[in-house]
Amino acid sequence: MGSLAALTLADARFPGGGHVHSGGLEEAVARGLVTSVSDLRPFLAGRLRTTGLVGAAFAAAAVVAATGMGAQWAALDAELDARTPAAAQRDASRAQGRATLRAARLAWPSPVLDDLCAVARHPHHALLVGAVVGVDGGSPAEAAQVVGYLAVSGPASAAVRLLGLDPFAVNAAIVALRPVLDAVVTQALHTSALPPERLPAPGAPVLDLMAQAHVHHHREQVRLFVS
Amino acid sequence: MSADHGHGHGHSLDPTVTEPDPHHAAAPGGRAVRIGIGGPVGSGKTALVAALARTLGPQMRLGVVTNDIYTTEDADFLRRAGVLTPDRIEAVQTGCCPHTAIRDDITANLDAVELLEERFGDLDLVLVESGGDNLTAVFSRGLIDRQIFVVDVAGGDKVPRKGGPGVTTADLLVINKLDLAPYVGADMGVMTADAHRMRGELPVITQSLVRDPAATDVASWVQQQIAAVRAPVG
Repeated sequence: MGSLAALTLADARFPGGGHVHSGGLEEAVARGLVTSVSDLRPFLAGRLRTTGLVGAAFAAAAVVAATGMGAQWAALDAELDARTPAAAQRDASRAQGRATLRAARLAWPSPVLDDLCAVARHPHHALLVGAVVGVDGGSPAEAAQVVGYLAVSGPASAAVRLLGLDPFAVNAAIVALRPVLDAVVTQALHTSALPPERLPAPGAPVLDLMAQAHVHHHREQVRLFVS
Repeated sequence: MSADHGHGHGHSLDPTVTEPDPHHAAAPGGRAVRIGIGGPVGSGKTALVAALARTLGPQMRLGVVTNDIYTTEDADFLRRAGVLTPDRIEAVQTGCCPHTAIRDDITANLDAVELLEERFGDLDLVLVESGGDNLTAVFSRGLIDRQIFVVDVAGGDKVPRKGGPGVTTADLLVINKLDLAPYVGADMGVMTADAHRMRGELPVITQSLVRDPAATDVASWVQQQIAAVRAPVG
C-alpha cells in the first residue's frame, strides 16, 4: 500500500498554498516565452530536470532523515538554500513549507516535525514533504515523486488559468513527462542516503532570474501568482 | 532581461534576511477578530472597507487584507483614502482563483493575517476583502469569524433571489448603492423581500455610501460582532 501522505500532498486540493505559485510560469507568459501547449512542454521538462530534481533529491533525503537517527536537518536546510540562488524561490519554497506544516501539524503530528522546525521555523517545502512522507511510513521514492510531480503540475495548472489552454492537452503533457519524472525519482533515490552536501545541484539560471524579475517587475503591476 | 535582476537583495542565504519584514514585530497579544467581506466584482467591497476603516479606525486597532486581481490598485485605493497607513494593509495574490484563496486553500490569506498580527500584536479587527467573485464564493470558517456578502443595486434586483451560499449563508448581506436604484430601475421592495426570504433570520442592510460615507449601520454590526466573538463562551 502506497503512502496516503504522498497521495494527499500531491493532490491539487491539498490546502498547502500551492495554487498561488506558478513556478516561474507567469513570468514566462508575461515575456511571451510560453503561449501554447507546445511551448509549455519544454518549460515543464526543463523545470523538472533542474528545480524538480533538486527538490526531489532533498525530499528523498528528508525521508531518510525522518526515519533514521541523527537527522541533519540544519545541513539539509542550508544545502537546499545553497541550491536555490533566487531569494524569490527560497521564499516561495518556505511559504509552501510553512503552509504544509500548518496542515501537517493536524494531520501527521510527530516529533520529527518539531525537530525540523527547531532548525527552520518555515522549512523548505521539499523537506517538509519528505518529513511527512517519512512519518507516514512512505518511501524516499514516493516523496521524490511527489515533489517532482508538483514541480510541473503547479506551473501546468497556472498555464491553464493564465492562457486558457486545453486542460486535457496540458494533462497529457504532464503524463508524457513520465520518463523524465522516473529518471528524477531514480536519481533522487540513489542519492537519498548521501551527506547533504553531495545531493544533486543542477541549476536553471533563467528560472532563477525570472523568479527575481517576477517580484521586482510586478511589484507595481498586476500579478496573479506569488511566484 | 533587464539590468536590475538581483538588485535589492544581499544574496544572504539566511531566509530571514532575504525578504525581511521592514516593520518591527509587536509583542504577542490576543487574536484579532477577523471579518471577511466578499461579493461580486464592482459591488463596492473596497469602498465598504474604506468606509469601515474611516469609521472604526479611530476607535480600534485595525488591519486589512486585500485579495487578488488589481490587488495593488485596491490597496492603493485604501492608502489614498488616507484611512490606513500602508503597513496596516497586506495584499495577497490568489493565482487567478479568488474563491480558492478564501475557501478551499486559505493559506495565503492566513499568512497575511498572521503577518499583520505579528507586526502589530494587538489588533482588534482584521478585515479580509476577497477578490470579486460569483454568488457561490464564501469564506472558510477557518479563516474568518464572521462574513459580510456585498451585492449592489446596479447588479440587478434579481440577484438576491438567485441565492447561492454568499447570499444565503453570510452573517450579513449588504445591498449596496441604494442611491442608484431609480437610475437602473431596481425595485428595492423586491430586492429586500427576496433577500429576507432567502436568508430567514439572517440580517440584511441596505446602504448608500454616497448618502452615508461612514457606513453607519454596517459599522455598528461589525462592533456587535467583535463584542460577540470576544465574549466568554458559555
